Amino acid sequence: MPLDTNFTNQKFKQVGTRPLRPDGVDKVTGRAKYGADYNAPGQLIALVLRSPHAHARIKKIDTSKAEKLAGVKAIITSADLPDLTAGDRGMRDMLENCMARKKVLYDGHAVAAVAAIDQTTARKALKLIQVDYEILPHVTDLDEALKPSAPVIHNDIFTEGVEPKPTKPSNNNKRASFGHGDIEQGFKDADVIVEHTYKTEQTHQGYIEPHACVANVSPDGQGELWVCTQGHFVYRNQCAALLGMDISKLRVTASEIGGGFGGKTHIWTEPLALALSRKANRPVKLTMSREEVFRCSGPTSSTSIDMKIGAKRDGTITAAHGVLRYHGGAFPATWAEFGAMTAFACYDLKNVKSESIEVIVNRPKTAAYRAPSAPMAAFAVESAIDELAKKIGMDAVELRIRNAAKQGTKSSYGPVYGPIGIGATLEAAKNHAHMKAPLGKNQGRGMACGFWFNFGGQTCCDINVTPDGTVTVAVGTIDVGGSRASIGLMAAEELGLPYENVRVVIADTSSLGHNDMTDGSRGTFSTGLATIAAARNCIKVLCARAAKMWDIPEDAVVWEDGHAKPAGTNAGNFPPLSIKEIAAAAGNTGGPIAGHNELVADGAGVSFATHICDIEVDPETGRSTVKRYTVIQDAGKAIHPSYVEGQYQGGAAQGIGWALNEEYIYGKDGRLQNAGFLDYRIPVCSDLPFIDTMILEIPNPNHPYGVRGVGETSIVPPLAAVANAMSNAVGIRMTHIPMSPPRVLKAISARKH
Amino acid sequence: MSGVHVTTTINGDAVEFVCNADEPLLDVLRNRLGMTGAKEGCGTGDCGACSVTINGRLVCSCLVLGAEIQGAKVGTIEGMAKGDKLHPLQQNFISHAALQCGICTPGFLIAAKALLDKNPDPSEEEIRFGLAGNLCRCTGYDKIVRAVQATAKEMRGA
Repeated sequence: MPLDTNFTNQKFKQVGTRPLRPDGVDKVTGRAKYGADYNAPGQLIALVLRSPHAHARIKKIDTSKAEKLAGVKAIITSADLPDLTAGDRGMRDMLENCMARKKVLYDGHAVAAVAAIDQTTARKALKLIQVDYEILPHVTDLDEALKPSAPVIHNDIFTEGVEPKPTKPSNNNKRASFGHGDIEQGFKDADVIVEHTYKTEQTHQGYIEPHACVANVSPDGQGELWVCTQGHFVYRNQCAALLGMDISKLRVTASEIGGGFGGKTHIWTEPLALALSRKANRPVKLTMSREEVFRCSGPTSSTSIDMKIGAKRDGTITAAHGVLRYHGGAFPATWAEFGAMTAFACYDLKNVKSESIEVIVNRPKTAAYRAPSAPMAAFAVESAIDELAKKIGMDAVELRIRNAAKQGTKSSYGPVYGPIGIGATLEAAKNHAHMKAPLGKNQGRGMACGFWFNFGGQTCCDINVTPDGTVTVAVGTIDVGGSRASIGLMAAEELGLPYENVRVVIADTSSLGHNDMTDGSRGTFSTGLATIAAARNCIKVLCARAAKMWDIPEDAVVWEDGHAKPAGTNAGNFPPLSIKEIAAAAGNTGGPIAGHNELVADGAGVSFATHICDIEVDPETGRSTVKRYTVIQDAGKAIHPSYVEGQYQGGAAQGIGWALNEEYIYGKDGRLQNAGFLDYRIPVCSDLPFIDTMILEIPNPNHPYGVRGVGETSIVPPLAAVANAMSNAVGIRMTHIPMSPPRVLKAISARKH
Repeated sequence: MSGVHVTTTINGDAVEFVCNADEPLLDVLRNRLGMTGAKEGCGTGDCGACSVTINGRLVCSCLVLGAEIQGAKVGTIEGMAKGDKLHPLQQNFISHAALQCGICTPGFLIAAKALLDKNPDPSEEEIRFGLAGNLCRCTGYDKIVRAVQATAKEMRGA
């Protein structure tokens, strides 16, 4: 159904207000049920045995002693998960990541799993499983992994995207290139060129809730899965495929989710829990420990990026070239490609080239992390642009304004932009009071821009009018941070009902058609589209029923303010019928009243942000503190501004942690040294200031309200904004993230000598 | 397995249970008593999601043994609202949008209440340090601090 996207002078009654979230009371009283909060009668407790080695051949797994332990009900290894992936490399990697097959590929890789009557028994059983390993040379650093001398992790990976196709396997699974124009000529035309290599370390999404699920497979082949996930339909499809189940036989119910940020878009232990349940014929609960979350679920890539940008003295960028190396952990991935696509997206460039190099290392399979790959690329680009501004003697904001992309710009990754907000965020930054505030001793200010595509995808929505005229809205995208409120607002807006009369629920996988995950900032955009369309379909039914009650033609009824009204005097003189009255009569006018919609949400609006950061550095210790932080971002349209602000603030805080502290530290033995919140330190309350936000609204022409999606862009600028602030504070260009106290102190003392 | 018999008071109710000698209070609450409001984010006392009070003192229930609460008065998130009346902190967390995913919220509420019980008029810095034992990955803490500030003001009748 084509949706009206003419939002000139669009007046909203409810969209843009800040009602209380419908799941608020449950979440402040401890009633809300998360992954680990559910128990099935008779359930077993499962634990996973994990490799202590970064790279080793599994010679033998002996489970016989563990099987004899009283209370052990099932043990599985890869032998219990036959490869049903039929040549689908991605699915096979997923299977192999869930349970190692011939080799273990990283510290923490699963090799066996146990289900027992309680945790104590399961723990004892793990100790009785004997695994005979042949230890192989490993590599955990991505630059090392590309060297010819590096151990090759998969002997069937030959670099894609190079001609001629390599004859030898390597740890580089793919190369790609984006851009246009002639960069060689562009650099010749430049008066000033900046060139550096930038590095970022691996970070974890750091959701507070560890992965948890309860699997229940019956002897008749039907199964249920309760799980914390960002996409229960996708989990269902993938688990069913790996276990050889019909998709319809597996019903997945999503728990409340305790944070995901991309890390819960991948299956990890769920197929193991299902396989154990199938083997034991009992429900099985499997919860990861925090250590397991760090060692073997979804960190993002570490990166190394060569960046070269040239400009004229007047500030016009003449050429930009980036070579971006990202790793996918122990499996092939395309994270560098995302980095290469996003790197230069903020700018209108005549000559631009970004090349991606995907690397495989002996680290856990990397997962999406909020605007995956974009923050690291932005760190390199925005640092180089800041330095360029310094070299030219131009204000950093002015230089960016001069080169900012606009409507009609051909982006570096291909598409031509429609209406976009990068220029507006830069102008807002330029005029923001933060930019003019005085700085103290040892303080520096930096700013940076960021871009994210935003996704659309498969989505559906069912709206049912209940007999009393209140409505339920069933959607299939997980509520990760208040989307039930924004979906409820949109449904209420369309139907003309009070927000309180709309109840939004996340349906299980058997109650609604397939929905893609809550990722790519698509929740409010895609589910919003489906909800608006479903509401409009529902209104058609309501009007038809009113027509029947009045005995006039259907097209002689209009819907206004939650009531059916005759369309003009020719239609007859009837008093308006409320939804309550129409619902009460439904039994006599055709039965239950509903509106449905299924769609592929096209036209997600690209999103831009500009951040400003003030930092203070202690020159004696290298410790730094963010003193002030401002986020300016285009939301398209903020449906519930409080939760839009929340997304801006949360992304900024994660980016600040990434910039200053967070990093995976691997020992020479290839083992992760800091798999806990004590040593992997995410920002705490006393580390941060209030984070100011400014919501700009440049409507996305492909959504009836102009929504773009807001969840991810906010993590893109902080690495660079903090690095630029730090570089200005200490007078040295910082090129390695995180800028932890030892690294800053080292830079300061290197300058002194 | 021989367990430890414990008689205690939780949220004002007399409670009896048997637990293993090495069993954390968090596991007793969640697995034996069905009180899943306290969450396990780490199991090592680093995240504060399992915060409860024992005789008014704020603790991580993952670091206390179930056997240690014999005769004590334990406060959990399940006892924070009085009937259908939310505690002002609970109300303000909702109205200030101080939660996104909500997994850390019970711990924050317990910690914030413990803070305000001791210091009804905390400065922003005192709030930030008072809540520094609780991790939140969604909000950047901005709206949490504002919700606590608003509650302190409201409860002082200012």
